[in-house]
Amino acid sequence: MLRLALKMLFGDTAKFLMLVAGLVFATFLMAQQSAVFCGLMSWTTATLKNVPAPIWVVEARVEQVNETNPLLDTDVARVRSVDSVAWAAPIYSGILRVRLENGNFKIIQLIGIDATSFAGAPVRLKEGRIEDLRLPHAVIIDDLAVKRLASQRGGRVKVGDVFEINDQEARIVGIADTVQSFTGGPYVWTTYERALQYAPAQRKMLSAVIAAPRPGVSVAGCAEDIRRETKLAAFLNQGFQFGADQDFNTSTVWWYVRNTGIPFSFGITVAIGFIVGIAISCQTFYSFVLEHMKHLGALKAMGASTWTLCLMLLTQAFTVGLIGYGIGLFFTARFAFPALENEQPPFYMPEIVPPAVLGVILFICGISALLGIWRVARLEPAMVFRG
Amino acid sequence: MPETAPILAARLRNVNKSFGDGGSRLQVLKGVDLDVRCGDITMLVGPSGCGKTTLLSIIAGTLGCDEGSGEVTVFGQDLLGMSRGRTTKFRAQHIGFIFQSFNLIPTLSCVENVSVPLLIQGRPTRHAERRAREVLEQVGLGDRMKHRPGQLSGGQQQRVAIARALVHEPRLIICDEPTAALDAKNGTLVMDLFETVARSPDRAVLIVTHDNRIFPHANRIASMDDGQIVEMHDIDAGHPLPEHLRHGFHA
Ligand SMILES: Nc1ncnc2c1ncn2[C@@H]1O[C@H](COP(=O)(O)OP(=O)(O)O)[C@@H](O)[C@H]1O
Ligand SMILES: [Mg+2]
Repeated sequence: MLRLALKMLFGDTAKFLMLVAGLVFATFLMAQQSAVFCGLMSWTTATLKNVPAPIWVVEARVEQVNETNPLLDTDVARVRSVDSVAWAAPIYSGILRVRLENGNFKIIQLIGIDATSFAGAPVRLKEGRIEDLRLPHAVIIDDLAVKRLASQRGGRVKVGDVFEINDQEARIVGIADTVQSFTGGPYVWTTYERALQYAPAQRKMLSAVIAAPRPGVSVAGCAEDIRRETKLAAFLNQGFQFGADQDFNTSTVWWYVRNTGIPFSFGITVAIGFIVGIAISCQTFYSFVLEHMKHLGALKAMGASTWTLCLMLLTQAFTVGLIGYGIGLFFTARFAFPALENEQPPFYMPEIVPPAVLGVILFICGISALLGIWRVARLEPAMVFRG
Repeated sequence: MPETAPILAARLRNVNKSFGDGGSRLQVLKGVDLDVRCGDITMLVGPSGCGKTTLLSIIAGTLGCDEGSGEVTVFGQDLLGMSRGRTTKFRAQHIGFIFQSFNLIPTLSCVENVSVPLLIQGRPTRHAERRAREVLEQVGLGDRMKHRPGQLSGGQQQRVAIARALVHEPRLIICDEPTAALDAKNGTLVMDLFETVARSPDRAVLIVTHDNRIFPHANRIASMDDGQIVEMHDIDAGHPLPEHLRHGFHA
């Protein structure tokens, strides 16, 4: 009987395609939009991935990594003096609007790191050497900066080239592979001292202190010691995780969720996917059932139990569900590969997204089937003799 | 030669049925008594609205009757005392249906349509379809197995429906106006075929109709009027169709 149920479904090509299309649309919208949202959220923590350090110490009121509320210069020493701290180094991190030699203004993400330890240097250098950052006017830029500079001046940009940041010379000594920033500006590394020269002067410039625990001390324990002894905020840098309040990634993401309209607008799109999916699916499936009412009635008269008819409807609904989900996910993947390749638009799909979307799609199908079941259960077998 | 009593397919005593309640209550069956015998083709005839379909539905077990009805027994089983689930199973097992509008599933092939009653009984597809092919051969549609109902004429579709009603070898076949959707020629052809394939000593056929052209196929005619059986005629060599039934009924 279930085989026949599927034949009935596939036989009604127009409704079948409509159902599948609705569910493909819903799957794609929900999966793709949540991945773009997660991608955008992961961009907010790009600095934490590009400037690696187990612990970030920031001013006590700071909640997220892109917010700078400077520390006192002496705070580096205060962090160093905490027993469980192995090393601590200053970080300048600022979004600068810089003037290039042709007069154009560009946003960059300037990172100043300690010139002795190079703590906070890029994780992966594609060209050049970190040590060369000690040379005069030396900077390390990322791929994006290379692309932007190249499009600006024409030709290829390579190690050894010179450009200007706010009228001061900047010589490229390395090219780094980075995670794209939330602002869209490229990352530029230089030494802490030189960063202060590039940046417009302010009274206090120390954005953060990065630190690591001594061997044998847990990162969390060390951060706790720093917090207790310096009264500054000390966060771990282990990546976003639900409930991990002590993690800077987590607290940054939540800050954006709370303080921006981003989750709302993505939420709306995901909700539209859900609503359109449920509307198309329920409406089409219900009219499919109504159209087959006469035949379902005949089956009931001929001795098919209500339970058998329900199983038939469930089989039909879940089959279109799985097909629609599969195709929807395929389209999402087609969207994902170029996005991941170009790092534009943001795309990051946590493992939970595909099963969650599948759950929602099956829920939609279940509701659609239920509508039909509700009709079929009330169907009197005697109706079959009436016109 | 001692006459053996024919086996009773259905026995109805004082069957009442009404629809609606209160002021709009309409009593459709008013104390019907009826015996349907195996080996017979029994026709239930009468003017439109007199309650034929209602009575048929009660015998088929698709409709219950009023409290206080006397007896509805089909092959010795008391339908009045049976649960819904049991009547459903009972129908699947013992009853074949032929509907006025054929009621074939348009997206399934003839073989698949015909195999439905066996699939409902839970038989494996292979077995069901093999048997369906046999019966389709019997009704002369051996060359239309893979066709869909929409590709067949009305007469052919009703032959598919006949095959479907026979495929599980039910002991009672129930037909409601089987020729109403067919023209005179096809109606007669279909009835000729139906009589050949369906009549059998241990099977009863009950046909509701007001199509007087097919009356000659019956060997028993029960005339209904206003919710009651008013006449009963056995038709055979010695008892031809009564004159007043030759002209049929008009709504
Ligand atoms: N489900 C129902 N609800 C209300 N009235 C019904 C229902 N079924 C049949 N009737 C009424 O019962 C009467 C007999 O109907 P039916 O048995 O179909 O007659 P026939 O088949 O002889 O034309 C009609 O007046 C019809 O309107
Ligand atoms: Mg009728």
